[in-house]
Order: sequence, then structure tokens, then C-alpha cells
Amino acid sequence: MIRTIKTEEITKNIRQMCIEANHYLSPDMEQALKSAADNEPSPLGKKILCQLQENLAIAGEELIPICQDTGMAVVFAEIGQDVHLEGQLLEDAVNEGVRQGYTDGYLRKSVVKDPIFRENTKDNTPAVLHCSIVQGDKIKLTLAPKGFGSENMSRIFMLKPADGVEGVKQAILNAVKETGPNGCPPMVIGVGIGGTFEKCALLAKQALIRPVGEPSIIPYVKELEQEMLQKINQLGIGPGGLGGTTTALAVHINTYPTHIAGLPVAVNICCHVNRHVVRVI
Amino acid sequence: MDKYISTPVTEEVTSKLQAGDYVYISGTVYVARDAAHHRFMEALKRVEEGASEEERMTQEYKKKAADSLPFPIENSTIYYMGPSPAREGRPIGSAGPTTASRMDKYAPCLLDLGQKAMIGKGKRTPEVVEAIIRNRAVYFAAVGGAGALLSKCIKSSELVCYEDLGAEAVLKLEVENFPVIVVIDREGNNLYEMAIKAYAKDIE
Repeated sequence: MIRTIKTEEITKNIRQMCIEANHYLSPDMEQALKSAADNEPSPLGKKILCQLQENLAIAGEELIPICQDTGMAVVFAEIGQDVHLEGQLLEDAVNEGVRQGYTDGYLRKSVVKDPIFRENTKDNTPAVLHCSIVQGDKIKLTLAPKGFGSENMSRIFMLKPADGVEGVKQAILNAVKETGPNGCPPMVIGVGIGGTFEKCALLAKQALIRPVGEPSIIPYVKELEQEMLQKINQLGIGPGGLGGTTTALAVHINTYPTHIAGLPVAVNICCHVNRHVVRVI
Repeated sequence: MDKYISTPVTEEVTSKLQAGDYVYISGTVYVARDAAHHRFMEALKRVEEGASEEERMTQEYKKKAADSLPFPIENSTIYYMGPSPAREGRPIGSAGPTTASRMDKYAPCLLDLGQKAMIGKGKRTPEVVEAIIRNRAVYFAAVGGAGALLSKCIKSSELVCYEDLGAEAVLKLEVENFPVIVVIDREGNNLYEMAIKAYAKDIE
């Protein structure tokens, strides 16, 4: 049976999701930050982690965005193949939601129209929209506003098959080391392994929206996630980059088949303001 | 060590600050980030183009260059930040630091003209560290991603110039006990390097 969804519904939801994501972190992130504060041995690190919790409380109670960089709106739309969209073009409906959310929600407009000429679009559009067709008659929307302090520190490595898993580990560690204090630690590290150049980057981005601490379902990947989290937290970077054992809250890895000649690895760094809101329409 | 300072940040103030100090700043702080710094450099370039090489060595030239900037640069503090819009009745929206390294290209020149303090987050280049030492200046970090918390220490905000830049306009803030950490002091000591060593484990 075909189910009709009006694109106005999508606009309305995206608008609300932009405001929600920028004022409240999801419970998984809140919990991860709380347990980090309990376990951090560095006194300054602990102080910073406590301030981050205080920051979250103020953001929610007084409606001040958690971070002034309210991000570029990244939207994943998983569209059931039994859905019929009625109204605007999907992309326009999403952008209208972003426009309304960022304007009505007093969020910062951080998007420039052209990467070279850099004129601000003044409404934070366009969003970056990733669509996929799935089974069913619903649409699942995930909104993840991405700040650029950490986005700028993200890296892609086209390794050789001979580099193997040790090469992958080194690439991840190098990316995090290079990030240091710039990515606003404690961070969440999204990793993509495999695919092609662009698929690998997308895998890393998708890894960031997984609930924090939820391990991969592939046994060796789960082990790799645990090992890398431990190694990253031994780098000493710590909260705010000011020393400590909480450099990352989680490492999430997604994999995909790849070519006989390649081993792409993408590392998408996300700060502690790892925002993601999910809604099913 | 916790310390309380007031602006302007003079050499006397920086002489008392060491990497690792937790500092509360009160007074006037100017806000500028990427696009504003780019315009500062354009203004300075216009002054430079109008002067001969001998003239550029004089104190008069330095004064002329400083005067071309939109606020008094001598002993000033620049906060690398682009706030979210203020709700009605509030001075500012969320207001945490942005990554300082994007201003590395511009910072030595402004420090040479008299700027004494920078507030941001993240690493700086050796050129900036040298300029800090040369000018007895200081680099502070505020906690990245704590924009709601930090906004509570900002008592007023006034537009100075470049309104067309939106979130990147130059602002004059009055702050009260604004919390920062000395990352690079005027001797060039770097907290990021020192602190990481203390907690790093050999994993090779």
C-alpha cells in the first residue's frame, strides 16, 4: 500500500529538530559525558567536564545553544519505498525546515553561498542531504548539525591493502593526534573503512550518528573500536586538550566492501557536542 | 592557580601569568574571527602601500597602522568567536571560542601593533608563539563547546563594525569573571604540550 506524506510534514519536523538538536544532547551523549566526568583523573580535565555538564543544563533551561557553532545541517532521509511524497521537492522541504529552524530558533547562520567568494546565505541553507530508499511506508529523518572546529580536523587516507589493520590503526591515531585540542575533546570518532573515496567518508559520517557506545555488530570491528578507544585515551590529550585520559568518548567504525587495489580509511572527528535527533514520520 | 585580571592587558598583567593558570577576566574584550581579521589586514595593507620603506620603520607609521584598525589595538584582548543571535533582552547568544589556528596568519602582525591577549581554543603556530614572546603577550583558551555557560559572563555586547559579516562582525564586549586558561605565556611555555606529556602513555 502506498502511503502519502505531505512534504510540509518534513519541513515542520526538520524545523523542530534543528532547534532541539542545538539545545539538548541525546541521553546517550549526556550519559557518556557524565561518566567521563566521574572517571577523569586530571583535576583540570574533571573541572572542564563538569563545566560541560553545567553548559548543557544552562542550554536546556535558558534556551541558549549548547555551542555557538550551531553547525551545517546534515540530514539523512531514509525513505520507505511505499511512500509517496506530495508537495515540494524533498530537498526544498528540508531546506525550508532548516531555514525556519535556524531563524526562529536563534541559531547561528554559518553557511556561505560559495566556498571561494564566501557570502553568507543568512539562513543556514542549504543542508547537506543524504537520501536512501529502504523498505516500508515511513520516512526516518536524522538531523546532525555539524560544527566545523572538529569537521576541519577530519581526514581521509587511501591506504594500500598491504597496510592492513595496523595501517588503519595508525591512520586513526595520527588523525586524532593531529587534532589534539582543536577538535574540542572529548570527541566522538567516526571511522569508515572500505568502499570508494566518497563512500568511505559517508561511512565515517554515519558512524557518528550511531548512539554513543553502541558497538558494531561485527565482532572484529567491535574489538577494533574498543582497542582504538583505549589507545586514543592513552594519548594524554584529555578534555579541552589540557591533559587527561578522556580524549574520546567513543570510537564508532563502519565498514563496506572495497576494491582489490585499495583500503580507504576516513576519520570524521566530532566534538563533545555530538548532536543528532531522529524522527520517524 | 586561580587569578583575577582586568583589561587592558598590559605587560605588567602578562608578567604575572603562567601557562596552566586558571584566569578570570573582567573588562573589555573585542570579538573578531576569520573574515574580520581578513579586513584588518586589508586596512593595514592600504596604509603599507602608502608608505615608503624608510617610513615603515618609524613609530609614526606604526601609529598610523594601529589607527587604521576599528578599535584601539594597544593592550587589547581579541576573543576569536562568532556568537549565535541574542534572544530578546539578552546581550548575546551562545558565545564560546572558535579554533585559533585559523587566525595564525594574522596574529603576529596584530601582536606587533600592540595587541596583548588572544582568547580562542586549539594549537598555534611557532610564528605566533614567537610573536607572543617578542611582544610579551599571552594566549588564553576558553572551553570549546561551552558557549551557553560562557555567555553568562558577558554583560554587554556592542557592534563595532562590519555588520554585513553577520556572525563574524566585530563586537565590543564587557565581561565579568570570564573563565580562561593560560595556554601560552609570555615566556613561550605551552600548556598543551606540557599537559599532554603528563597523561600520555607509551602505546608503541
